[in-house]
Amino acid sequence: MNPVDTSRRAFLGGTAAFAGVALAPGILLYEYAAAKAPGEAVSSAVRWGMLVDTTRCASGCTACVDACHSEHGVPKPARPTDAQWIRKVELKDLRTGAVRSAPVMCQHCAEPPCVDVCPTGASFKRADGIVLVDRHTCIGCRYCMMACPYKARSFVHEPTAGQKTDTPRGKGCVESCNLCVHRVDRGGTPACVEACADAGHRAIVFGDLNDPASEIAQRVRAATTTQLRADLRTDNGVRYLGL
Amino acid sequence: MRVIAAGLLAFVLAGVAWAGSRAPVLDAPRGEKCVEDAATMRRSHMDFLRHQRDETVHRGIRGARHSLAGCVECHANAKDGAVLGSPSHFCQGCHAYAAVKLDCFECHASRTRAAQAGRPARSP
Repeated sequence: MNPVDTSRRAFLGGTAAFAGVALAPGILLYEYAAAKAPGEAVSSAVRWGMLVDTTRCASGCTACVDACHSEHGVPKPARPTDAQWIRKVELKDLRTGAVRSAPVMCQHCAEPPCVDVCPTGASFKRADGIVLVDRHTCIGCRYCMMACPYKARSFVHEPTAGQKTDTPRGKGCVESCNLCVHRVDRGGTPACVEACADAGHRAIVFGDLNDPASEIAQRVRAATTTQLRADLRTDNGVRYLGL
Repeated sequence: MRVIAAGLLAFVLAGVAWAGSRAPVLDAPRGEKCVEDAATMRRSHMDFLRHQRDETVHRGIRGARHSLAGCVECHANAKDGAVLGSPSHFCQGCHAYAAVKLDCFECHASRTRAAQAGRPARSP
């Protein structure tokens, strides 16, 4: 009996020590969850989101809009019916005269109305919170455009040319901001975030809202931020600071 | 019955011979071999692509074996970096020959990343 007991105790002690080592850099586990390997499926442990700091967003600057449209091969919108993935909005409080400028794009809701109404399942939310259109199943009915409270979606009315490899797009489908899913899947950040930083404003922060150590989670925890039309309880992944 | 079989065989062989003489001459691909052998690719590339598109769009799995972007990168014309444009361009040439409508490039890019960026179409 005795030898068995001691070896078992030693074994348990060893595993406890090992567990301690594995737990101590437990944050590592989280980082692995965020930076998935390209061949790995997305996980609901991650919730991608963006924080727009309207106090840093410059009025008249369209760096994010231009970067988005060139990243995805979307022609510069000229007519009201042209596709528009992101737009700059100016808000003015008439009583105080305070002016705020901010980009508005797909808000990547946790409860997306566009997904609720889609008759084919083409509009869907990925496990990591990114709301997308699967153009293979989109029939172009535009229910999602009517359901979206943020006017985030556009319909492609005319034949497209000059598509980018990572952003297939064509006539007859609805499209919107996809949070640069091709970049995010490879561990990058969306084009608008990069462009805003390059323009020196750093008004948009991208990251994993579920990771307490990420910059976005810390900023969201530190200050009061607003979700657009929070009364609709769509629980947006895009938040605004200073609105 | 045997006569019918023989006749059928002769008909098929004649068809193959006729087809062989008119088989499309396509752009030479880059690299030594494809992701599967040629016979499998001819018969099943559409199934591979359809399977992987769902994996990529819905589950975010990228860089897997059967990607349309991968097809374009290797099979594009060395000059213009495209898989469409003339009867010798890889995708268009074979689809025209087989009389199968090619819908992929209504939405997907038919040129290599290098060609889109205005760089030389393809490294040899």
